[in-house]
Amino acid sequence: MFDPYKIREDFPILKRRINNHPLIYFDNAATSQKPKQVIEAVKNFYENHNANVHRAVHTLSQEASELYEKAHEEVASFINANGMEEIVFLRGTTEAINLVAYAWGLRNLKKGDEVVVSLMEHHSNMVPWEILSKISEFNIEYVDVNDDGTLNYEAFEDIVSNKTKIVCVSHVSNFSGVINDVKRVARVAHEHGALTIIDGAQSVPHLPVNVRDLDVDFLAFSGHKMLGPTGIGVLFGKREILEEMEPFQGGGEMIREVSFDTVTRRCSITWNDLPWKFEAGTPDVCGGVGLMEAVKYLRRIGMENVKAHECGLTEYAMQRMLECQKVRIYGPKDASVKCGIIPFNVEGLSSHDVALFLDNYGIMTRSGFHCAQPLHEMFKLKSSARVSFYVYNTREEVDRFIEVLKEIERV
Amino acid sequence: MASVEDYVARIEETCGEERDFIIIFKYDKKEEAIKKILKKAKIEKSISTIIFELTFKNVSFRLYGTGKAIFRNLKDRGELQRVLIDLLL
Repeated sequence: MFDPYKIREDFPILKRRINNHPLIYFDNAATSQKPKQVIEAVKNFYENHNANVHRAVHTLSQEASELYEKAHEEVASFINANGMEEIVFLRGTTEAINLVAYAWGLRNLKKGDEVVVSLMEHHSNMVPWEILSKISEFNIEYVDVNDDGTLNYEAFEDIVSNKTKIVCVSHVSNFSGVINDVKRVARVAHEHGALTIIDGAQSVPHLPVNVRDLDVDFLAFSGHKMLGPTGIGVLFGKREILEEMEPFQGGGEMIREVSFDTVTRRCSITWNDLPWKFEAGTPDVCGGVGLMEAVKYLRRIGMENVKAHECGLTEYAMQRMLECQKVRIYGPKDASVKCGIIPFNVEGLSSHDVALFLDNYGIMTRSGFHCAQPLHEMFKLKSSARVSFYVYNTREEVDRFIEVLKEIERV
Repeated sequence: MASVEDYVARIEETCGEERDFIIIFKYDKKEEAIKKILKKAKIEKSISTIIFELTFKNVSFRLYGTGKAIFRNLKDRGELQRVLIDLLL
């Protein structure tokens, strides 16, 4: 049975007091806290198994390689990929999207082509395409967002055409928490022969994600937002697409053979197998091990339970925030169409003031643009405050947050 | 010779249309910094000893008992530096 109070016992940091108040961590969309199981796995790796992976014959390297490969398998199974060949470990979502932009986009996008990007994207799913468009001279078509923060599917379907080569959409908005129907997005894209890259940074940690059911071509997400360490992230790619792609970076792990031809005086290079072809250099082995433990932890809880808990908490918080006269919430009012993220402002105060005030009471929230400036501009917002929940948050914490919010209103 | 850096641990420039500066005072110097600031700036409003709404030479800012301050509508870091020098030194 899902019990957030029991779960909290696994998170040492939650015992901290900040500014003489118990810590309330509501900045989970930025990064999550880590359970002792993950902390212990990282510690255990460095204490007992640390070595570089692959190609060494010694025992420690074998152990490290085995753990690192198991981590890929665990993640593959978590999102129902076809196998670890479809799972590339990188630094995070941003690097994963950049990999697709440079390894796939640079070779496949040309003048006259179109890339379709939703306006609710995190900068990480906009900027790489903007940079690349300056090199390859393709067009970017942005899809509007409705007034309630949901994706305008009609506009999306109108924009996607046979010129579209790739569609870039987040599964869950990091601003509003809106869950996009990426299955529909993928279907429409595929009808026009386009690929899809889905930013899963806010979905994979919070709801069940099945890449085969969604039929997406690429899915990017970060370990640190799902109880894992920072510095480790994932790119899922369909095997046949990854096989056709050339590497992103060169050196180390991604090479099978480099041979020097004395006649041509050039090197001929053979790439390593998937997924190593895309993991140049020494990978973050320990990060992978920590991520594996985080995935195991989430699987023990059950992703349906994670989603239900956050949805319940969001609904409760939104309902209670309505008690506050000066608080304005953005995005859909129906908590069931979103994950545990609530953007808001308090009349007469900047979002940073609100966040500092809450910090005074040990409540950690975020303020600013949340790397979604175009969406803020669309909503004519100077910035916003944001609370975001996870498995260890409770209704009592929401109650305390509301108490402080009411105090802020009185300022 | 004392400097602003003796008191300030970090300066964060916020994102958002309001380009605010958030000052985080060094933990062991925050009481002293708060005392100095409260002596020089005009208190417009205060909520017990937690938050102070202040003005100093036409600059409005908010000071938090936790050792943080938020400065608004400053032109740039240079102006912030000048205000901090006047307030702290």
